[in-house]
Amino acid sequence: MSIDMEQFHQVFFEESFEGLDIMETGLLNLDNGEADNEEINTIFRAAHSIKGGSGTFGFQNIADFTHIMETLLDEVRDGIRELTHEGINILLKSVDCLRMMMTAASDGGDVDEQEVKTNFDALQTILGSDESAAVENETKEKSTAVSEENQGWKISFAPHKNFMQFGNDPVRVIRELSSLGQLTGQIDTSKVPDFSELNPEDMHLSWDLELQGNVDKAAINDVFAWVEDESDISLSSLNSESKKTNTKKMTAAKTPVAVSKAAVPAADRKATDKKEKSAAASSSIRVGIDKIDDLINMVGELVITQSMLSMLGEDFNMTRLEKLQEGLIQLDRHTRELQESVMQIRMVPISFTFSRFPRMVRDLSEKLDKKIELVMHGENTELDKTVIEKIGDPLVHLVRNSIDHGIEMPEDRLAAGKPETGTIQLNAFHRGGNIVIEITDDGKGIDKDVIYNKGVEKGLVEAGTKLSDQQIYDLLFNPGFSTAAEITDVSGRGVGMDVVKKNIMSLGGAIETHSVKGQGSIFSIRLPLTLAILDGQSVTVGADNYIIPLVSIVESVQPKKEQLNMVAGKGETYKLRDEYLPILRVCDLFNIPDAKAHKLEDGLLVVVEADGKHFGVFVDDLLGQQQVVIKSLESNYKRIEGISGATILGDGSVALILDVPGLIRMSD
Amino acid sequence: MSTDVENYVEESLLDAESELGDEYLTFSLADEEYGVDILRVQELRGWEPVTRIPNSPEYVKGVLNLRGAIVPVIDLRVRFNLPIEEYSSLTVVIVLSVKDKQDGHERIISVVVDEISDVVKAKFNEIQTTPKFGSALDTEYISGLADAGGKMLMLLDVDTMLNVSEMQQL
Repeated sequence: MSIDMEQFHQVFFEESFEGLDIMETGLLNLDNGEADNEEINTIFRAAHSIKGGSGTFGFQNIADFTHIMETLLDEVRDGIRELTHEGINILLKSVDCLRMMMTAASDGGDVDEQEVKTNFDALQTILGSDESAAVENETKEKSTAVSEENQGWKISFAPHKNFMQFGNDPVRVIRELSSLGQLTGQIDTSKVPDFSELNPEDMHLSWDLELQGNVDKAAINDVFAWVEDESDISLSSLNSESKKTNTKKMTAAKTPVAVSKAAVPAADRKATDKKEKSAAASSSIRVGIDKIDDLINMVGELVITQSMLSMLGEDFNMTRLEKLQEGLIQLDRHTRELQESVMQIRMVPISFTFSRFPRMVRDLSEKLDKKIELVMHGENTELDKTVIEKIGDPLVHLVRNSIDHGIEMPEDRLAAGKPETGTIQLNAFHRGGNIVIEITDDGKGIDKDVIYNKGVEKGLVEAGTKLSDQQIYDLLFNPGFSTAAEITDVSGRGVGMDVVKKNIMSLGGAIETHSVKGQGSIFSIRLPLTLAILDGQSVTVGADNYIIPLVSIVESVQPKKEQLNMVAGKGETYKLRDEYLPILRVCDLFNIPDAKAHKLEDGLLVVVEADGKHFGVFVDDLLGQQQVVIKSLESNYKRIEGISGATILGDGSVALILDVPGLIRMSD
Repeated sequence: MSTDVENYVEESLLDAESELGDEYLTFSLADEEYGVDILRVQELRGWEPVTRIPNSPEYVKGVLNLRGAIVPVIDLRVRFNLPIEEYSSLTVVIVLSVKDKQDGHERIISVVVDEISDVVKAKFNEIQTTPKFGSALDTEYISGLADAGGKMLMLLDVDTMLNVSEMQQL
């Protein structure tokens, strides 16, 4: 029974590249902050999956390379080895090297063997050089040390009957074992039935193996990690003096590799689990079960429609034309709904990007001896996955800049009469049909004169030219522009801001800078809404449907005559409790001739909030609430005042989305 | 003999040259025949109600949903100041791809016409330049005139005719 492994390659590469990213971020975090177990565990797990996967799929060179990285990481994890700055550098280089090998394997390119060898040797040197230290450590824990200095292992490997039905292959296991050391063994064929009763898919063999050499027990466990559920495995040391049989039926515990070494403290394991969750979140899309259910329902309906149509087609005559048309309309609608649901799956809350910042801010502020509090709003604003992926790095740069250049040292803050602890705010929200992400700090602000002078110095501006504030701030985004008096390893090399701008531009967005010297700065990133989703309230004015974003709606009321007043005979107001709200009539602003409600008492007022003020938007009627995918009007037409975009309703018709702040501007 | 052959070759070359031309999708609007470059035509649809766009010129009927894209619909009768008529079962919406003259951005814009007539090949050497009518009539969106079975065919320059930045409410 052979399985076509090729089909899984794509998944393997995807996962492995993500794993490499995780390792890289993890290592960088280790480099930035204190080495903590969570991080090392994450890196280790990533390395372990890459090793396991590449071994299974036959990329032996990758598996070998990862193995030595894993060995090093394992020692770090168990506290046997301290991970130095150089060590991290070498590991980072090895990650690059692995990435190169992986790219070569997936795209069929060449592997730079020299590079691989250099890194491999570097890793081995680290492992070798500290051997004495490691031995010292080991002697402290005698019980572990005994098994470390093992002569070899006696392994009994008895696969269950259904072993091969799970896609396992004993040959792989044995081949991998033999790669660890000298392997000898005996096969037990006693359970093999008569040929007539033999089911070729059943497993009837078991092995007694002897593995010579100083092999780490974890390495053996690794080999069996894939098959431990479907076989009985026992391991015993060949050391005659200890003879301590370490028989253990492996269970499906989640920590297959952490068996032999000193047990990981319980606290660590908890942390491990936590990390596992967030790592999974960043490396794949998490889709709400309701979205999936919707999809399944829709596919179900699609199938029903399809079978109805094919039945119609079998013996069709003109009398059934109407049925056919009906069916086609249904098909059309279902396909469209399906398309939209699939698009919704791509929408991810921005918290996936935001979640990395608390840790980053903590580490950096500790490192720089600053006191910084991070406040985040609007983490649930949904963005397309590709946008989320691309916006991550620019945000990191901007937050890092705010920490390093923006927020002052505590004593400077106190001297300037500010609270000792600085605040960085991350804020994501919809505005005017865009998604805006703001990074606000209450630090020292941007000194326009310094930037201007620097711009002149760098030859970007001619001395004496008059520039607007925004133009001066834009200088910040030029390549190689840095005003930090002293270059730190956090930021200040002038690399980054230009990349930030480029990334945002490539998403069709823009970045704006506002700053008041001594009070702080705001970087606000505006991203287009092409794929964004919003919760909307559907309303009618005349024959048309409009969508009002739910976020801006406070409530909806039916106005009564006594609550309505006129200002100077023209401006209508509505008294909501103690507040007089100006009324915006959509039908007047949009010149809609067939609006049904002319008297305010006949229609409804949707009370909306914009810029901290309340307004009453007058419409004919309210329909339901729904999630809508925002489509741009501009891509084929142009911007319309008071409209932020369009969306497609369930029946396939188009509804326009009202831009509440825009409406208010129109009424001025 | 050899001259005959030469003549023949020359003639056929001339023929080939005179055969060169673009294909146009022709349609009628209030008894006038118009044509658009067929390579710009994305699809033809029947008329169906559209969603109006507020504060737009009268000839912008609204927007329709073309498989998820929001596409504006322009009524060419209104655009050309021709008498307005009720839409019938023959009314057709032509979906065109239009290139913005300023920034080169490609848009999809659809136009409503009375009825589709034919696809004709207008040879380059038969296309006449558009006569000028002074300020009384703006003809800049007509790229030329051709003959289609005895009837005058106005060839439309879609990029000029459907310039969105000019679509202001008057």
